[in-house]
Amino acid sequence: MEQGHIKINIDGREIIAKEGQSIVQAARDNGIFIPTLCDFKSLQPAGTCRMCLVKVGERYVSACTTIVSQGMSVENESVELKENRKSLIEMLFVEGNHMCPSCEKSGNCQLQALAYRYQMTAPRYPFSFTQRKIDASLPYLVVEHNRCIQCLRCVRGVKAKDGHDIFGFIDRGGAIHISVDTTDTEAATEVIAQKAMDICPVGALIKKGGAYRVPIGERKYDNEVIGSDVEKERDKV
Amino acid sequence: MEQNPSLDSQVRQKVVQLTKFYQQDKTQLLAMLREIQSEFRMIPGPAIDYLAEELDIPRIQVEGTASFYHFFSSKNRGRYTVYMNTSATSEMAGAAAVMLAFEKAAGIKFGQTSENQQIGLFTTSCIGMCDQEPAALINDFVFTHLTPARVEEIVKVIKENGSLQSLIKSGEGKNSSALVSAEVKNNIRFKGPVFFTDYAPGEALKVAMESGSLEVIEAIRKSGLRGRGGAGFPTGQKWGSCRATDAESRYVICNVDEGEPGTFKDRVLLTERPELIFEGMIIAGYAIEAKQGIVYLRSEYSYLKKYLEQVLEGLRSQNLLGRRILKSRFSFDIQIKLGAGAYICGEESALIESAEGKRGQPRNRPPFPVVSGYLHQPTIVNNPETFGCAAKIILKGSDWFKKMGTSASSGVKLLSISGDCEKPGIYEVQWGHTVREILGFCGATEVLAVQVGGPSGNFLSEKEFDRKICYSDLSTGGAFTIFSKKRDLFSIIHNHMEFFTKETCGFCVPCRAGNTLLLKQLEKVMIGNGTALDLKKIEELGLLVKKASRCGLGQSSPNPLLTSLKNFPEIYQRVVRQDVDYMSQFNMEFATSDSAKVANRKPNLEIGD
Amino acid sequence: MSKTKLIVATTSLAGCFGCHMSLLDIDERILELVEVVEFNRSPIDDFKEFTKECDLGLVEGGCCNAENVRVLREFREHCKILVAVGQCAITGGLPAMRNGISMKELLEEAYFNGVTVGNKMIPNDEEIPAILDRVYPCHEIVKIDAFLPGCAPRADLIWEVLNRIIEGKSLDNLTYKNFKYD
Repeated sequence: MEQGHIKINIDGREIIAKEGQSIVQAARDNGIFIPTLCDFKSLQPAGTCRMCLVKVGERYVSACTTIVSQGMSVENESVELKENRKSLIEMLFVEGNHMCPSCEKSGNCQLQALAYRYQMTAPRYPFSFTQRKIDASLPYLVVEHNRCIQCLRCVRGVKAKDGHDIFGFIDRGGAIHISVDTTDTEAATEVIAQKAMDICPVGALIKKGGAYRVPIGERKYDNEVIGSDVEKERDKV
Repeated sequence: MEQNPSLDSQVRQKVVQLTKFYQQDKTQLLAMLREIQSEFRMIPGPAIDYLAEELDIPRIQVEGTASFYHFFSSKNRGRYTVYMNTSATSEMAGAAAVMLAFEKAAGIKFGQTSENQQIGLFTTSCIGMCDQEPAALINDFVFTHLTPARVEEIVKVIKENGSLQSLIKSGEGKNSSALVSAEVKNNIRFKGPVFFTDYAPGEALKVAMESGSLEVIEAIRKSGLRGRGGAGFPTGQKWGSCRATDAESRYVICNVDEGEPGTFKDRVLLTERPELIFEGMIIAGYAIEAKQGIVYLRSEYSYLKKYLEQVLEGLRSQNLLGRRILKSRFSFDIQIKLGAGAYICGEESALIESAEGKRGQPRNRPPFPVVSGYLHQPTIVNNPETFGCAAKIILKGSDWFKKMGTSASSGVKLLSISGDCEKPGIYEVQWGHTVREILGFCGATEVLAVQVGGPSGNFLSEKEFDRKICYSDLSTGGAFTIFSKKRDLFSIIHNHMEFFTKETCGFCVPCRAGNTLLLKQLEKVMIGNGTALDLKKIEELGLLVKKASRCGLGQSSPNPLLTSLKNFPEIYQRVVRQDVDYMSQFNMEFATSDSAKVANRKPNLEIGD
Repeated sequence: MSKTKLIVATTSLAGCFGCHMSLLDIDERILELVEVVEFNRSPIDDFKEFTKECDLGLVEGGCCNAENVRVLREFREHCKILVAVGQCAITGGLPAMRNGISMKELLEEAYFNGVTVGNKMIPNDEEIPAILDRVYPCHEIVKIDAFLPGCAPRADLIWEVLNRIIEGKSLDNLTYKNFKYD
């Protein structure tokens, strides 16, 4: 084994991980998919969505915020964890107003894609039908709070040129929501709107004027299960 | 947006004055927001702009912090703001009648501010007065043992723009001192060897500094002292790992965000034995080589701040605090930082964020605070009771401490006892007493249930009254709440679940969405619309919230439901429908009443049936 | 396949009949279907009432008024297996976008402020089914045995599910490309 590499075990399969990697990253490098919503590329992990819930020894942890260690044994695809993840997806679906048929992100939405993967039909929990705002005051960006899952990707990943925050968390508890500082001149730019839409896993941040370019039926998750790209690599590893 | 120009300039002036006073220190944002709220009775929009500008913090972050805390508001809360405590013990003591009296006298409903902005009525979570309910905070004054008659008197004074101080009755012990002047009782029922005995400030510190910092940590380790806030982490180990870090500066934080409904012992400790707690902090500072200490005081206890500052000043004048303590090279000072209403800030990493002037959201761990805490420097966060124990251990020795309690739980514990008993209050007891023994101490009879550890702890039924209060059995931060046989457990469970839905920070999905769903599911069962399947759903969801949540709040919030399901299955069995596997919550009459009213017609209910 | 035909009822509550259209989209397979299925109460054969007990009920749309509730309850009573078909039946769907808006605001928008409104009054004839405070997904009113997602559900999904029900198979692991919410 190379220097800086360690062995860990996921669902009984021994894999090589790099020291300092999160469980999610190590799994991905080895063709194992652990579902995530808030985790995104090089962003500092937040651990808001808990979709990557795994069992390490006797403890349940979020795989995106947990760093691998030598000999670690991770349970990922158990019946229990799959059911737990499905429950978390259902919680998000009943908490917001996710009207897939009228959402321009349908087919490219990661929340929807995970719901497809776990074959959610009707959530086991009652819908909240809470009225939330749609903020279309900016020239290029629409903030559709009905669809927001508070993953914090925009807060962490879309910053002004000098690095200051444009997006932030407002309120707390059930009232918590993302807000964009509309007084900030950079929030009004097309660049920020595009970045925001690209980073948002759902249809909460939409750049105006670009919807339905790709027809339904030809979108990313219309024919391909989320995570299958990772899992295809499995045989090559 | 149009702004009142004179208000705008007043706000600007205030912000400039505050930021100057606090030397543009971002970590003092909460303190500044507190002063703005206090002066303007709200956080006006321009205050956010000016604070962002003056402190060079992104506007969205200032807004994020201001909107996080319960005692900050974007709308005017009135010159006199009533925060009525609606915790379970307050409700048991008659909060409903008191609230009605407030509404009647003020002519508004809870959640509203009167049109002339003279009075605002709001509810709040436990304010740490469980042994003297119903209680409320009005402009940082504590009112206890409220009655409808007294409410009338209070609102009369408020309407006349009178002095709240004039309404305050004399308190007990230091509560009656000039700087506290609160009508609060201590109710210290059992005095033990650690806290409520003779004590001379500085003696323990002298011993510590004569023996050396590593020896101090060793003594704490040997004593078996574990954290008294509830989690029970070995204190010596915490101090040792913090000390072992390689860092420029380290911090000592005393966690006085005593928010768990049912606990109030830190309030009494800080009132009667602040020197002992501070001395423990100084010793900790000496042991881990820190220079700064912070007392994070919950907003509900802000009436103690001036008094505590005077105590600190006294310690400085005795050369026990500040520069070159006891003429040594060790310098250590303590500042008090106030919260602004958020239960979650009792979680140590959320507390640190809050002390830094941010939203009180827990951090991801690791790294733990001992490695990266306040301002990302190694930090120990301990409960006041832990610091108090530590000071006494240093003075009297590890063995003295270890002789008390049980082998795995050494020393004493302060219990906050409230609810249905003759003598609610503070009990300093050795670890290892059974629940039954404690019920005997406080004069509780006809007991239906005891909740050990507050809503995030355990609901116990009679069958379990022989269990022991200790780390290996019933581990607790000290809340011991008693419910007699005349109580409806459902309303208490409901109160607690409501508490968690109000106090979740909302950061992670299971805690934010899950607790709300648990509450809904409980309500379905309570009104008789539940089936056996619904109970199973509660259990499954509760377990998921526990295991998937990011911090201790969500990891324990389903406990009122889960432990009552386990220990009081009969109350659930009594209300669930056993004959069906599906129950709808739909009610035709209710569902059609709105549209019938608007269309001015009678709904044809036959069509629906 | 069993020799006795599966008796099926269908209805559209607060829906757009898109799900029924999708059922017809199974194209020539409909000939196979009539071999194994007999329709009872359904707009397909225009039976207005149940004339016998049914094996399967397919319900499109959620409940937005009192009549929807009555029909749904009738379906529950007469159908052994009741399936919620499409997003409206499962989640309330687009009609549920009104949920959370006050009844006063809704009715005034429709009957007073709308651009096509002539005679400004809110209809109040007692024969008109009363509107519910919100749109209810079917499973909040009666017990639903299975759910067929989509807006509308793909014809292939309907076909797959019908066949599985006829053959008494589980509805887990439906074909991915057919299992959609849009």
